[in-house]
Amino acid sequence: MLCYARLGDHLGIPNNRSGKLPDNLIEVRDLDFSRGDRTIFKNLNLTIAQGDVTAIMGPSGTGKTTLLQLITRQLNPDRGQVIVDGVDIATLNHRELYKLRQRFGVLFQNGALLTDMSVFENVAFPIREHTKLPDSLIRHVVLTKLHAVGLRGAAYLMPAQLSGGMARRVALARAIAMDPDVLIYDEPFVGLDPISMGVIVKLLGQINDALDITSIVVSHDVHDVAAVADFSYVIADGNVAAAGTPAELKETDSELVKQFMHGLPDGPVGFHYDAPDYEEQLLGKGAK
Amino acid sequence: MFRDIYITFEQFLHNFGAMCLFFVRMVLYTPSVFVKRFRLVAYQVYNAGALSLVVIMISGLFVGGVLGLLAYSSLEQFNAEDTTGIFAGLGLVKGIGPVITALLFAGRAGTALTSEIGLMKATDQLSAMEMMAVDPLRYVAVPRFLGGVISMPLLTAIFTAIGLLGAHLVAVEQLGVDVGSYWQQMQNVLDMEDIQEGITKSVVFGVVASSVAVWEGYNSTPTAEGVGRATTRTVVVTSIAVLFFNYMITAMYL
Repeated sequence: MLCYARLGDHLGIPNNRSGKLPDNLIEVRDLDFSRGDRTIFKNLNLTIAQGDVTAIMGPSGTGKTTLLQLITRQLNPDRGQVIVDGVDIATLNHRELYKLRQRFGVLFQNGALLTDMSVFENVAFPIREHTKLPDSLIRHVVLTKLHAVGLRGAAYLMPAQLSGGMARRVALARAIAMDPDVLIYDEPFVGLDPISMGVIVKLLGQINDALDITSIVVSHDVHDVAAVADFSYVIADGNVAAAGTPAELKETDSELVKQFMHGLPDGPVGFHYDAPDYEEQLLGKGAK
Repeated sequence: MFRDIYITFEQFLHNFGAMCLFFVRMVLYTPSVFVKRFRLVAYQVYNAGALSLVVIMISGLFVGGVLGLLAYSSLEQFNAEDTTGIFAGLGLVKGIGPVITALLFAGRAGTALTSEIGLMKATDQLSAMEMMAVDPLRYVAVPRFLGGVISMPLLTAIFTAIGLLGAHLVAVEQLGVDVGSYWQQMQNVLDMEDIQEGITKSVVFGVVASSVAVWEGYNSTPTAEGVGRATTRTVVVTSIAVLFFNYMITAMYL
């Protein structure tokens, strides 16, 4: 049986939110971002509703992970704003930014577990860093979090001893260790077998509901994301190509979104990468 | 061609400036890290220092032996083989000891630091720390920097002591130099300023070698090739910097 408990529950205090959160917890406004000469986003606007599971989807290389890095200010936009809980995060100093980040939990694509620590110590790491709880209480919290992802029995294994799916679940336990307001999943299904994928999908929905948090899922796995997402954005060509519930996206008229949602090999996103004329390249100029 | 030279020079200045800023931030964080994360610093002293002991001691023994051999064979021509201890002492304490220890440190501990931090970056561990609101500069970089800075003078002292023993084994036990002359001549000539010069060098080399190793790992391209290149750069940059500072400090003490 899965059980979820907030860190505050162990301490006998209510959750760490300062008050009522706004309906749109995160807003991205008029955002531009480039890497060198390549434009990643141009005038991007989107909102993440509080309490929802919001999916950010799109073909590979469209900047989905980059968007997460902009939302968490690992990167700074060239123009525009990212507003989190009413605050433009570009205005925060180092200390304020780190304070804000304590409200985020991030599940990295590869888990990003600290390899010199055991599973237990990985989950305990943020708690030890940000609280002065006694070891006995930290043990209690960590085992509860690990129990929630089904890996209490693996508490004393090292990350190198875990399978990909187990590492992802440990990373999820670590991400929820500090009771975040926002949980960000970066490609949580990549490289997982169907059983592990099913476990992560189930945990994703359950954690969001049980802990009443806001989840952002970056993925190109349309079917699994559709099963848990309340709202989805499809990103392409530096902007939002479509937005809506998974059901609405399936009915869209946009050729690009149709191609993406139905996994068609050719369409607006071409099968071939931009290249010179095939015959000309093979046989030389003036072959015709 | 001039444009390429200009771009390369501009990149060099940019990187050098960024490295200086990185160094200043590490120095500013040092007191708080030393107090709040002493266990991490102690572990890094073990990691960079204690684990380098074997290579330092073996090298010290052979370098001392070679120094004793060369000093004896040269001085013998002037019937001055009793002064072998002076050459071994001055050479090891003021010059060879700190320099070779720093070069060995760059090859053993420096490369380990760079590749460890580089791999942490490549596997998103540094990003994960940032997202957990834990500053990787304080948690990863500064303890390793301090570990290197503390280890280097200790390793240099051990290298020098073993080196003197190696020179003693060759000159006294093997070639027959009088044991009293060997140690007494050394004691007469070596003064506190010579030892101070050796200590100054080892501290400066410790700062240089640790800064370069941590910087290269922290700023490596997060790929297998990028980490490999960063590790190579650590050895090359540290070696050149150590030899440069060795010359500068030697000139300063003359």
